[in-house]
Amino acid sequence: MAAIDPAVMSRVEIFLAVKKAERPGRRAAFTLALPLLVFLLLTFVAPILLLLVTAVDNTEPRAVLPRTLAALSDWDGASTPGEPVFAALAADLKKAQEDRTAALLGKRLNYEISGMRSRMVAAARLAARLDAGPYRPAFVEADAEWGSVAIWAVIARNDRGWTPYHLLTAVDLQWRPVGGIGPADADQAIFLGVLGRTLTVAALVTLATLIMGYPVAYVLTIAPPSVARVMMLLVLLPLWTSLLVRTTAWVVLLQTDGIINDLLMMLGLTTSKLQLIFTRIGTVTAMTHIQLPFTILPIYSVMRAIPPTQLRAARSLGAPPLSAFWRIWAPQTLPGVVAGCLMTFILSLGYYITPALVGGPGDQMVSNFISTYINRDLNWGLASALGVVLLTVTLGIYWLFLRLVGADKIRLG
Amino acid sequence: MWLPSYATRSERAVRLAVVSFAVAVLIFLIAPLFVVVPLSFSDDPFFTFPVPKYSLRWYRDFFGNERWISGVVNSSITAVLTTIFATVLGTTAALGLARPDFPWRRPVMALLISPMIIPVVIVAVGGYLFFGRLGLTDTRLGLVLAHTALATPFVVITVTATLSTYDTNLTRAGLSLGAPPIAVFFRITLPSILPGVVSGAIFAFATSFDEVVVALFLTGAEQRTLPVQMFAGIRDQINPTIMAAASILLALSIVLFVVASWLGGRGRRGS
Repeated sequence: MAAIDPAVMSRVEIFLAVKKAERPGRRAAFTLALPLLVFLLLTFVAPILLLLVTAVDNTEPRAVLPRTLAALSDWDGASTPGEPVFAALAADLKKAQEDRTAALLGKRLNYEISGMRSRMVAAARLAARLDAGPYRPAFVEADAEWGSVAIWAVIARNDRGWTPYHLLTAVDLQWRPVGGIGPADADQAIFLGVLGRTLTVAALVTLATLIMGYPVAYVLTIAPPSVARVMMLLVLLPLWTSLLVRTTAWVVLLQTDGIINDLLMMLGLTTSKLQLIFTRIGTVTAMTHIQLPFTILPIYSVMRAIPPTQLRAARSLGAPPLSAFWRIWAPQTLPGVVAGCLMTFILSLGYYITPALVGGPGDQMVSNFISTYINRDLNWGLASALGVVLLTVTLGIYWLFLRLVGADKIRLG
Repeated sequence: MWLPSYATRSERAVRLAVVSFAVAVLIFLIAPLFVVVPLSFSDDPFFTFPVPKYSLRWYRDFFGNERWISGVVNSSITAVLTTIFATVLGTTAALGLARPDFPWRRPVMALLISPMIIPVVIVAVGGYLFFGRLGLTDTRLGLVLAHTALATPFVVITVTATLSTYDTNLTRAGLSLGAPPIAVFFRITLPSILPGVVSGAIFAFATSFDEVVVALFLTGAEQRTLPVQMFAGIRDQINPTIMAAASILLALSIVLFVVASWLGGRGRRGS
C-alpha cells in the first residue's frame, strides 16, 4: 500500500485500492447482519419459495402413471390411444391400487376435468381385477369416457413435473382438455373478482384513513407540545393493541343490537336497525380504524419538518389563507401522504382476520380464499397460486414504496 | 399557539372545524378499544348497554377453564422465546446496518423489513408447507421460528433509529483506550442504545403474543395460543368470556405501551 502515488496510479487503480482498503470494514459490517439474513433465508424466504414451487408442482401424474405417460409420448392426440397405452395404464393402476395412490392422482386430475376422481378410483379397482388383456375394451366397457380424447389429452399433458394449471385458474383462465387456453367458465371465474375486491377494499381503507388522518396529523403539528404529546399517545395506543382485540371490539359494536345501531337510532339517523356486521361497510370501517395510525404517523413526521415560518411568509406577502395552505404547505406534505398511503394500502391487501370476522361472504379477500383452499378444500396448488398472485401485487407496491419512500424511513412512533 | 395573531375570522372558523374533526377522529380511534371492558364485567350473557349489573363471572370462567389457561401459558412461552431470538438477531443486524460502510444497504434493508410487509397468510401457508416437511408443524419450535421472522423487523427498525443518534466517537474512544470490541459493546454501546433495544424487544413480544394467522396454521391443540383460542371462539359463538380475554389482552397492551413510551421518552432525553 505504500506505493500509492497519484502520479503513477491511474484513477481506476486508485479506486480499486480504496475499495480494497475499505473491504475489511465492509466485511465486518456485513458479518453482523449475516445471522439475521441467514435466519430469514431459512425461516421466511425458503417457505415463500416453497409456496411458489407448490403453485406449479405436479408430481402425482408422473409418480403414479410412469408407464402410461411413457406410452403416451408418441400419441397423436387426435384419437383414442391404442392397446399398449391401456396396457400401461392397467399396470400403473394395479400398482396404484396397492399403494393407495389412485385417489390422490384422481383428485389432482379432477381439477382439470371433472369426474376424474371417482373415475380413477373405479379404474384402479378394475385394473386390480384384470389379469390379462385386451385392456382397452375392458376399460371402455366399464366407463365409456376412457374412449374420449379429452381424458387422454389431460393425462398426456401432465407429463411434466410442473403445471401452469393453478396459476391460470388463479387469474380466471382455464386450460381446456382440448382447445388450449381460454377464459374460465362463468361459475369458475371468481378469482379476478376477489382480487379486484381486495384492491377496492384496500383503496377505500387508504382513502378513508387519509381523509381522517391528514387533519389529525395537521392538528398534531399546531397543537401546543403538551397537548400534542397526549394526542400522540392516543394515536399510538391503538397501534399497540392486539389486532384481534380491535376486531373483536368491532364485532361487538356492529351487532344488529349493538351500540352503533343504538347510537344511530338515538340520533334519529335511522328508524330501523341496520345490518352492519358481515357487510362491506363494517369491514371497511373496522379496517380503517386499525390502519389509521399507519397513515397518520408518516404524514405527521413530514409535516413536523415543514417550517411554520413559510406559511407566515406567504401570508405576509399577501396570499389568502386557502391558497397559502394549498400552494405552499400542502405540496410539501406530499411525501408523507405517499408514505402513509402506500403503507396502509400494502398492509390492507393482506388482511385476513378482520374480513373473516367482520365481513360477509362477499367481503372475503384473497387471503381468506387462500386459507379456505388450504384448510377446507386441501387444494394446496390453487391456494399457493392465489398466494403467488397476492405476493406479486404486494411486492409490486412494496417496490414502489422502496423507490418513493425507502425502507429506512419506516418508524414505529 | 393554536392560531397566529393575523388569522382572519373565517380562518378561525376553519381552524376550529379542523380541530373538532381531529378530536372526533381521535375518539373514533380510542373509544372502540374500551368497548370490551364493561362487557367483560357484565353479569348479562348478552351484550347490552348500559351494563345492567356488574360481576366477575366471565373472569371466573376464564381463569377456571383449562383451555384459556393453557392458551395464556402457550402464548407466554412462545412470546418470551420469540423476544429473545428476535432481539439478539435484530440488534446485531442493526449494529451492522448502522455502520457507514455497510455493503448493499438498500436491498438488505428491504429484505429485513419484508416480513412486516408480506401478507401474513403467505408467511403462514409457506410455513405450513415448509415446516411440515421438516416435521416442525404442531411444535412450539416451528411457531417460535416463524414468529421470530415476523418480529425481527420491529427490532431492526427501533434499534436502527436509536443508533442513528448514537455518537460513534464513544466506540472509537473505547477502542483507542484498549478495550476489546466485546467490552466496548457491553459497557458503552449497549447501555446507550438500551432504550431502543428494549422497546424493540417489547414490540417483538407484542407481535408474537397477539399473532393469530401463523399460529392458526402452524399449531396443533397442544400449542394453541390465546389469540387462536379467541379467534376460534368468535367464529364459533361470540360470548362474554371472550370479552374477558380481550380485556386481559388490552390491559397487557396498555402495560407494554406505557413501558415502551416511557423508554422512548428516556431515549430521547438521553440523546
